[in-house]
Amino acid sequence: MNNSVTQNILRFVFLVLVQIAIFNNINFLGYINPYPYVLFIILFPIGDNKALLLALSFLLGISIDMFCNSGGMHAASCVTIAYLRPWILQSIFGLAYEYNAVKVVKAAFGQRLLYTTILVFSHHLLLFFLESFNFSDIIYILKKTLFSGAFTVLLCIILITLFSVKRR
Amino acid sequence: MQQIVNFFIKYRNFLLYAFLLFISLVFTIQSHSYHRSKFVNSANFLSGGIYSSLDNITEYFDLKVHNAQLVEENNRLRTRLLNTRDSISQKIDTATFHKRFRFTTAKTINNNYTFKDNFLTLRAGTKDGLKQDLGVITSKGIVGIVDRASANYATVISILNSNSQINAKLKKSNHFGILVWRGGDPNIVDLIDVQSKAPVQKGDTIVTGGKSTIFPEGIGIGTIKSFELDPSENFYSIKVELFNDMTNIGYVYVIENLDRTEIQTLEQQTADEQ
Repeated sequence: MNNSVTQNILRFVFLVLVQIAIFNNINFLGYINPYPYVLFIILFPIGDNKALLLALSFLLGISIDMFCNSGGMHAASCVTIAYLRPWILQSIFGLAYEYNAVKVVKAAFGQRLLYTTILVFSHHLLLFFLESFNFSDIIYILKKTLFSGAFTVLLCIILITLFSVKRR
Repeated sequence: MQQIVNFFIKYRNFLLYAFLLFISLVFTIQSHSYHRSKFVNSANFLSGGIYSSLDNITEYFDLKVHNAQLVEENNRLRTRLLNTRDSISQKIDTATFHKRFRFTTAKTINNNYTFKDNFLTLRAGTKDGLKQDLGVITSKGIVGIVDRASANYATVISILNSNSQINAKLKKSNHFGILVWRGGDPNIVDLIDVQSKAPVQKGDTIVTGGKSTIFPEGIGIGTIKSFELDPSENFYSIKVELFNDMTNIGYVYVIENLDRTEIQTLEQQTADEQ
């Protein structure tokens, strides 16, 4: 229990620092930046403490917002995917989720990829919509969501694989 | 009563979600308007400090470019100094000379250009005399306007920000317009509302206009890349290629117009009397 708390605190700090130090400065093709800090929400232990996850997601988003001077865009997107997470988990993992037997790190690759993709793309879509705040920019929003989303999913899968090897 | 309590217990996650989403949306909406009170910005000791220590590492990567910029500027200033026809007669008595602008140097420790609303963070704050609405330039051209200043750090609204509107004019004819940015390429900005009578030509220089109390007149902005008349044929919409490389900003100058309060008071009085 205590181990899991420490692990999550460390993951929080690590992801925020890596995001602002490295991933915010990638600017691939001029405007594509990945946001792998959502990995915190993806990997948060699946249990009954949904309120804690909501509060922590808000904290995570607002810390990123503070560094990006972006108001509350990241916070709003993070809170939303944290709120949607139980339904997404249920629809992907089905019965296993209801018995609390799901471990994202140990799940089958297909399920893990699908779960990560859905969370990342909903996060990015909301984020870029809030950033441009204008329905007429829909092409720009979709383009940015697609490219950044693909980049983030790739990084998330790599990071999950890298860090799960050590734990075995 | 019991039912109300039950309702809260049953929907506590949804209520928490709605509450947190509401707060974030308020912050987001505030960030989309100019100079609204913002609680979340990078001019505080935590993010400023972290950016500052990150910059201590990364500044070495840009040293070559920054040195080249400084040498170029020194070269230009020296050329001007030594080519003045009679430098002795132009000596200025600084005791009585009315100083209109005060310059402060600052180091950029964070710079965005991929969002729709971009900001820079400077390592200089109220301790160095920075405050809201001071102009920020480099040796080549304008960068933005100071938004918030804490004791040691300040955030700057970049010209690459949808809230930024800067008065600019054609260097050769004084026809003015408004400088805005519509996203996309970080080296291209738009100059809109230029009178259709203005002699616009490709390659002409755009500089800051003297109408604002933030920037002095004649600070370089960029050159005209392309232009077109709007459908009503009253105004030009001009694409301007910036002199500054907005993706690589190192040391900047912050300009304070010391006459600003006087000008504004006067304009306010005139407006009130009408």
